[in-house]
Amino acid sequence: MSNQIIQGILLGGYYALIACGLSFMFSVMRIINLAHGSLAVFAAFALWWLAARFHISPFVGLLIVLPLMAAIGWVLQRFLLERSARGGALLPILTTFGLAIVIDNLLFEQFGADTRSLAPYIGSLSYDSWEWPGSIYVGKLAVIMFASAVILLGGLQLFLTHTRLGRSIRATSEDPDTAGLVGVDARRANAIAASIAMVTVGLAGAFLGMRSTFDPYAGAPQLLFAFEAAVIGGAGSLWGTLIGGIVLALAQTLGAQVHPQGFLIGGHVAFLIVLFIRLSTSGLGLRGLQRLPTRKPT
Amino acid sequence: MSAVSTSPVIERGTATSRIAAIAVAVIIALLAVAPHFLSAGAVDRITALFIYVILAAMWNALAGFGGLVSVGQQVFFGLGAYFAIRLADAGINPFLALFTSGIIVGAVSWPLSLFMLRLRNGEFAIGMWVIAALTHLLVNLDRLVQGETGTSLISLNVYDAGARRAAIYWLALASMTALLAILFGLLRGSTGAAIRAIRDNEDAAASVGVRVTGTKRLLFVLAAFGIGIAGALWLATSITFQPKTYFNVQWTAYMIFMVLVGGIGTFEGAILGALVFFLIETWFGGIGVWYLVGLGATAVLFSLFLPRGLWGTIEERFGLRLLPVGYRVRFPAAADGDAMPSPPQATPYREKA
Repeated sequence: MSNQIIQGILLGGYYALIACGLSFMFSVMRIINLAHGSLAVFAAFALWWLAARFHISPFVGLLIVLPLMAAIGWVLQRFLLERSARGGALLPILTTFGLAIVIDNLLFEQFGADTRSLAPYIGSLSYDSWEWPGSIYVGKLAVIMFASAVILLGGLQLFLTHTRLGRSIRATSEDPDTAGLVGVDARRANAIAASIAMVTVGLAGAFLGMRSTFDPYAGAPQLLFAFEAAVIGGAGSLWGTLIGGIVLALAQTLGAQVHPQGFLIGGHVAFLIVLFIRLSTSGLGLRGLQRLPTRKPT
Repeated sequence: MSAVSTSPVIERGTATSRIAAIAVAVIIALLAVAPHFLSAGAVDRITALFIYVILAAMWNALAGFGGLVSVGQQVFFGLGAYFAIRLADAGINPFLALFTSGIIVGAVSWPLSLFMLRLRNGEFAIGMWVIAALTHLLVNLDRLVQGETGTSLISLNVYDAGARRAAIYWLALASMTALLAILFGLLRGSTGAAIRAIRDNEDAAASVGVRVTGTKRLLFVLAAFGIGIAGALWLATSITFQPKTYFNVQWTAYMIFMVLVGGIGTFEGAILGALVFFLIETWFGGIGVWYLVGLGATAVLFSLFLPRGLWGTIEERFGLRLLPVGYRVRFPAAADGDAMPSPPQATPYREKA
């Protein structure tokens, strides 16, 4: 059982990776990007294509795909989100949902219905494991994934609190108009934030491809996982996302113990319970998924 | 009208809207007798059109009037079909089961609304999607459904195919007409004023004493009921029930497409959008994946460049109002001619709740 708990915690690292971009974008631009999961799957397909076609290892492929994702984030913000956000809070939901449909079906058109995986291209890493005391085997990939999540979240936190650019993004997220008055270019800050979010999405897509299989329509479940982890993590620091991811993964692990088909059910139920408790205690609804870290880290 | 030239004219019905009302009655009458003259395939297609109109009108009621964008409305579509299967399995007449199922879906949506309506915007949108995903998984656990294998509404097979087709057609027509009439009545009544006030500015509406949550709940339950009926009717036309098909997010994608293209927040827009979608599907549905890419891209383009949709744009430009649900203020100077400069903050035809 302790074995499963450890596996669950490590899986939480993946959920934190995919969730942090979603909640980061929400906290800066107040937009929930419904194409989030589809973009992660797009990144996974890009890596798969590089590996299958040009024999580029997925880890090297990231050097190509992550800058591409950053560019996509910039374009997305400048040409889609910025414009649709001017039409009110509801329009970006529709725009990004339409975008998700376009991405999913273009991937289907290009790559067909087969499920793919990056596992064959990363050598023994996909199945190697370390033995921990108490004859617990942990996959190397799972540990790398978890460590990446910790490094990414920590790095993002440091970036937001200790750099000029990070401060301008935080200022924009607090109050774009006032930030503009003191010389922060809100459009630029938003576009950079979208780029950063897409880089995290690209990384999440890479790990999605390495740890399991994916197909063109795998974006929707990833979006739901990201959303659930972000909401469970709740307001506070970026570390909340990590806790949210771990809680989600543990609930899924527990669900799978109860019933063979309980893996996904467990996650959804845990999400709804957390949501219910939060809504009934605050009485206000969720005041945003998450706030950006304030000056003092953690 | 001999209005004093300084005071604006407030009107509801116009000459066009009176003609439109007669036209609607004629169209419904023609549709009612249509099965006698149409081929079996055409009857099936038009039944599908009626279901699309229901879906579009119900999603529009929720998003366009209630300001609640949901990407999980397939949950009610799927539940409508599922409860119909369950009820028919319990020995209830299948046609009766279709409507009972809709009522049960509406009843289920009530407690759900207590919880979900406290979420805002995007949180509500994906929250509903989570509900849909969870419900899908739970329905799969039912032994009657046998997971993704699915089951059928076999008790419908006792009816002769021709009679069954016509009966489902009339049921769909009647459901569509009734649901549209309910929505129309709701929007024209005192609740309608509240609904449009919430649509325009929720906080301002609350501050002048509009019961925001109660009104939203009403729309949520109505939309659930209508979409539940649509799901049950779809089951009646296709007989087989596979959870994956009914709980597919594609249904919500269709609803969003229809409403965005037709005109979000306008009564006529949803109907127009359903008609456009029906024609596109008829002509291009066969080309598969590019058709879906096109639907998604069109939705993106409309949301970016024509957020009021086709009907909203027509309405704004020509001041046309076929089925008026609100009142509008006509400024006297504007009443004289069409080609006149409009005042900066008010177009000559400005809808007022």
